[in-house]
Amino acid sequence: MSGDVSALQLVLSGDPGLFAIVRLSLMVSLSAVAFAALIGVPLGAFLALTRFPGREAAIVVLNALMGLPPVVVGLAIFLMLSRSGPLGSWGLLFTPQAMIIAQTVLVAPIIAALARQTIEDLWVEYREELAAMNIGPAGRVATLIWDARFSLVTALLAGFGRAAAEVGAIMIVGGNIDGFTRTMTTAIALETSKGDLPLAVGLGIVLILIVIAINGLAWGARRAGERIAG
Amino acid sequence: MSMRAPVTDLPLMFVEVGILAGEVPILSQITLTFDAGAPTVLIGPNGSGKTTLLRAAMGLIPASRGRITWGGRENAPSDRRAFMFQRPVMLRRSVAGNIRYALAAANAPRAAIEERTSHLLKVVGLEPLAQRPARRLSGGEQQRLALARALARAPTILFLDEPTASLDPHATKAIEDVIRDIASIGVKVVMSTHDLGQAKRLGGDIVLLHRGQLIEHTLALDFFDTPRTPEARRFIAGELLV
Amino acid sequence: MFNRRTLFAAAALGAFALTAPAFAQEKSIVVSSTTSTQDSGLFGHILPLFKAKTGIDVKVVSQGTGQALDTGRRGDADVVFVHARSAELKFLEEGFSTKRYPVMYNDFVLIGPKSDPAGIKGSKDIVAALKTIKDKGAPFISRGDKSGTHVAELALWKVAGIDVEAANSSKDLGPWYKSIGQGMGAALNTASAGNSYVLADRGTWLSFKNRGDLVIAVEGDKRLFNQYGVMLVNPAKHPNVKKELGQQFIDWLVSAEGQKAISDYKIGGEQLFYPNANDAGA
Repeated sequence: MSGDVSALQLVLSGDPGLFAIVRLSLMVSLSAVAFAALIGVPLGAFLALTRFPGREAAIVVLNALMGLPPVVVGLAIFLMLSRSGPLGSWGLLFTPQAMIIAQTVLVAPIIAALARQTIEDLWVEYREELAAMNIGPAGRVATLIWDARFSLVTALLAGFGRAAAEVGAIMIVGGNIDGFTRTMTTAIALETSKGDLPLAVGLGIVLILIVIAINGLAWGARRAGERIAG
Repeated sequence: MSMRAPVTDLPLMFVEVGILAGEVPILSQITLTFDAGAPTVLIGPNGSGKTTLLRAAMGLIPASRGRITWGGRENAPSDRRAFMFQRPVMLRRSVAGNIRYALAAANAPRAAIEERTSHLLKVVGLEPLAQRPARRLSGGEQQRLALARALARAPTILFLDEPTASLDPHATKAIEDVIRDIASIGVKVVMSTHDLGQAKRLGGDIVLLHRGQLIEHTLALDFFDTPRTPEARRFIAGELLV
Repeated sequence: MFNRRTLFAAAALGAFALTAPAFAQEKSIVVSSTTSTQDSGLFGHILPLFKAKTGIDVKVVSQGTGQALDTGRRGDADVVFVHARSAELKFLEEGFSTKRYPVMYNDFVLIGPKSDPAGIKGSKDIVAALKTIKDKGAPFISRGDKSGTHVAELALWKVAGIDVEAANSSKDLGPWYKSIGQGMGAALNTASAGNSYVLADRGTWLSFKNRGDLVIAVEGDKRLFNQYGVMLVNPAKHPNVKKELGQQFIDWLVSAEGQKAISDYKIGGEQLFYPNANDAGA
């Protein structure tokens, strides 16, 4: 296919435009995953370790939020950040920060739901042992998150996969501005609409390769970590 | 921590203790004293209530009826007691990491953690495996690590629930040796076992439980030479108590 | 021990996340414009010239004309640069801008399959061509997205005596007319896939690569001319508007230098946009 050829040429020639797009995509998605982890992991731990009325309902809602449509999230964030919206004075619409916010909202439920499951499974296993060691609630959360860290990497990867693949939210809040908020996925959408299908396919292949490479790195880190910590 | 008065959890007393699981009585009318000295060994068939008694003695489950006191106090904090489960759970850390964790949980001074970790590794004979992931150890090694974790709490009472169940004789001997050493430095060991030979080898006094009731509590020598109850006689003879 | 470790991990994560989105806030304005200016490559040609002269970064959000004007109404853009005269005048009337500057025009072309099922190829009369398409029920793709091109298309149908907007919403029109609600490129892609007729701006058509069997069927009719205007969003309505920088961009577009940059932009030797800032009536 000519797609891989032109994409390959772009990559091999070190095209600065393409490089900037890839870098922005990674920066936005990785930042969103980092923020979502800061929100999602503690939230998942909280749901795993506490019992309160409505907890089951909260878990069902959280699981459902894993399937939040990106376009809807994008629209909601757009309305918040627009100059005419409640947070308009922040001036964040059509910036990478806005894209990070939108993707954080998309990814946090995934990380929270998967972390909840992982931590709860580990909690069942650890519960008595930690009780016998007199570990208090804060130490319990810290221990479970630390000991579940390799499984939690999988949750982060699922979140990253979603962030890297989505176009609906960042298109709306980022505006697909050339050299500023254009990412791999919005560039693919644009090239498709311009009828430049080979370039779109090429970008798509680059995107998939990057996602595979990041998953491979995380997998390797997880294996190495498990060799040490079991 | 260093300011804490040198209190002891001994004697540990059960006064007419009953424990229910829902409506079902697991233990009833247990009156029993554990005092300093050689290990106390709990024996009795499966389901007789040994594990429940150990957990209540540790303070992991409350008494439904009666009173449990540690050194005369009810609800005494459990920081000078330690418990080793029949199937101990290894934390997802290295062997040394498991011990460090237990030391930190017991509020050991930071500066002392490394030194005490290597000391405990030596006590249970796991020095060569210090950096291994704990979950990759064999069954016997895991039991020894669990023992080291329990000792990290510097307990005055150490509870062991079937510490050698499903271990081969070699591994069993390694554990028993450690238990003997611990007992010899004045730690009160309270353990359950299925192995009458082990009860004879380690026990100072024997507690026989059957259907949640205390049948006999006597010195080990007397128990095996002159059992007083028909249940004890039948149990020692290897008959099934039903 | 565990607390310290966790704190460390959280701090590392946080530090990464916080440093990552640190962007230089340089001199820049947001221009909401139409897909045709963006997709045709015009901005790619003129914006670097403007930046070289003024140091101002122009961030273009390209949308349909209706949406682009709404972005201006919400105050999310400093300048709007679109092509739908009546909608622009309404924008002025509402007070969202105080002045409209004509900039340039290009023209629309009617695109259709080589096989030409309606038999209109080579005609200079767009209105007659549309009538024929309807009479023969030849497949036609409409943007249907309230863009300038869509507005122009609806106006042409009206001149041809067919109110497609009313007929289409009551489903009287028949299966030959499909409104897809997407941008110019998507409409061309759809037309290419289904060998349909479609009204496109010449710029997007010339830079469009996935043509398949599509060719120009009708061009050159005066009624196909397409005027672009530029407006500064009214700072009285939206105080965040960067009025000096925005005005600088507008002044440059209508200056001799900007006008020359526009006429210099060519694809395959063909000029796409014709500057006419001096034509006050445009």
